[in-house]
Amino acid sequence: MNTKTKDHPELSELFNQDEQRVNWHDETLWWIRQKRDKSAHGIPEWETLREKASQIKNNALSNLADYLVSFEERALANGIIVHWAADAAEHNQIVHGILQKHGISKMVKSKSMLTEECHLNEYLEKQGLEVIDSDLGERIVQLAKEPPSHIVLPCIHKKKEEIGDLFHQHLGVEAGTSDPQILTEAARQHLRETFLTRKAALTGVNFAIAETGEFVVCTNEGNADMGAHLADVHIACMGIEKIIPKRKHLGVFLRLLARSATGQPVTTYSSHFKRPREGQEMHIVLVDNGRTVQMGREDFRASLKCIRCGACMNTCPVYRRSGGHSYSYAISGPIGAILAPNLDREKYADLPFASTLCGSCSNVCPVKIDIHQQLYKWRQVIVQEGYAASSKKMSMKLMNYTLSSPGIYRTAGKAGRLIMKYAPFAVNNQFNPWYKQRDMPEVPKQSFGEWYKKNVKSE
Amino acid sequence: MKRVGLFIPCYVDQFYPNAGIATYQLLKKLGLDVTYPTGQTCCGQPMANSGFEHLTQGCNQLFVDNFSEFDYIVSPSGSCVLHIKEHLHTEKSEEQASGIRKKVYELVEFLVDVLKVKNLKAKFPHKVGLHQSCHGQRGLLLSQMSELVAPYYSKPQELLSQVEGLELINLKREDECCGFGGTFCVVEEAVSVKMGKDRVNDHLLNGAEYITGADMSCLMHMEGILKRGNSKVRVLHIAEILNAG
Ligand code: SF4
Repeated sequence: MNTKTKDHPELSELFNQDEQRVNWHDETLWWIRQKRDKSAHGIPEWETLREKASQIKNNALSNLADYLVSFEERALANGIIVHWAADAAEHNQIVHGILQKHGISKMVKSKSMLTEECHLNEYLEKQGLEVIDSDLGERIVQLAKEPPSHIVLPCIHKKKEEIGDLFHQHLGVEAGTSDPQILTEAARQHLRETFLTRKAALTGVNFAIAETGEFVVCTNEGNADMGAHLADVHIACMGIEKIIPKRKHLGVFLRLLARSATGQPVTTYSSHFKRPREGQEMHIVLVDNGRTVQMGREDFRASLKCIRCGACMNTCPVYRRSGGHSYSYAISGPIGAILAPNLDREKYADLPFASTLCGSCSNVCPVKIDIHQQLYKWRQVIVQEGYAASSKKMSMKLMNYTLSSPGIYRTAGKAGRLIMKYAPFAVNNQFNPWYKQRDMPEVPKQSFGEWYKKNVKSE
Repeated sequence: MKRVGLFIPCYVDQFYPNAGIATYQLLKKLGLDVTYPTGQTCCGQPMANSGFEHLTQGCNQLFVDNFSEFDYIVSPSGSCVLHIKEHLHTEKSEEQASGIRKKVYELVEFLVDVLKVKNLKAKFPHKVGLHQSCHGQRGLLLSQMSELVAPYYSKPQELLSQVEGLELINLKREDECCGFGGTFCVVEEAVSVKMGKDRVNDHLLNGAEYITGADMSCLMHMEGILKRGNSKVRVLHIAEILNAG
């Protein structure tokens, strides 16, 4: 695994250098969170729906192997070619293999967080293939050579002026254009050409139904359909946790997904794919990539219930003010911070600490994942496995020593207060991160304990 | 008479004794038998939230030794109480620890749920902003959360509405986190400060003279930001307001 150079606190400090941008990022996402609230409150049985979704997912995960096998059986009977991939590398090779077999060197792709997780684009480009992302936001970050910063709104961190610059550079739009309508139209024209000339299309999968062997793809732009309907080869890639038992369960998830994601009652396109049309080849790649390992971790299994709505990111006060790229994993925000350490504890050791544990994420989650509790639990695992910084270890040991003994605690407290009173420079300096942008509390004459001793004990 | 053990968290003890004193006096006013066990230190939350829960055995044992004998344990700090409720375990005396987990209360929840206080006889003629600390709100269910589809309620508001002259201001974001988050406030300094600034601004823009809440730690964080900005707005623990006048 490649190691990263900057951790979450450093990357978000960089993001915070432009306070106006932080304000704008925060307000945009908060606006979406409010849209979500409004549409959730429009459904009196919202909490029941969440509970249902959570239970269906629990069932799906508890019987995952059975559901997957029956899905495969039905999909094969429907004429879909089924592949299994143990990890990201295998997934990428399978996709590559299908393209090679057909002699295809250019592919159009719709949004799929799984392929981001597997770094498919990079892999295929290294093999000399061209991949064009057809989701507008994804296309924008692709042109900027950046990963998506949000799973539903991949370029939410970019302002329209910046998008205008990118389109000027790459799509020949006039310099200085920032009108969203003109920019969208330019992207449309460019993508239309792409859709018409690509022989292979890759889509993600939102739900795969064990009962029928079909899968459902939800998009707002219809780009998955355009790609899949025009191409000779349709490749769909899914994490194995995307399975749901029955078709009738779809209603529960489709009602929750769009409302949680953007506040819409339903996504504009919820397309069912069951069998290839005549002359077309349809593939589905079922990917594990660490999911069965996470399944085996009792405390973290529930993270696999995620339907990738992004609500936890929109509500997360830390995400809103640190930006998606500070998470340095394909899936950012609170859910990313519990999925990432499953894959690489050392590399992502900082992520579970990028939270105040405020609990809002667990409350918005449509499938009721106990996100903030899992963040707390990851912290314990990461420290126990030795991935905490040594300075932190030292200070924690010292704190423990002080707090385990009332005598030492009282002396240390007194000393601490004295230092703050008579030598404030000892704490009010740049090495104290508290003091950088905040004042220290004023030092009281006496502690509560001292007051109590004087005023109550002698009563 | 039922006996109340007063749990004053370490940082309240050291930096905000007035919040502790107000809590003590308020409980006494309400006719309770209150004792502050002097051997107490800290609930262990700062360590546990940093991933060092395994180091908190000493703290936990001390807590059990100090508090098992009481009928209720009351504290002016939502997050410390939540930590005790969720994570207090000991190797030696697990039975007592589990007893404590059930009888520990944050001050507001104790006043509303146990004492069912309806008439406080307090007076505080000022415009006040209420900060709903996350651990109190989402952890101890002190008030309804904006994310959930459920009827509205707020225990701190119920108490503040009994205070004569007090005018509670409205906020744009009712239950947004202030960014304190224990060691988060130093480990993630940049984001923490930005969150704190935004939280404080919501109160300032809506005309607060005081910011109050049931968790002194959030208030300490916001106070640090207010003071750095030379603001005249002050923070007060809710006990100090409920005990005022
Ligand atoms: S964890 Fe929950 S809220 Fe977050 S993206 Fe997944 S389903 Fe949505």
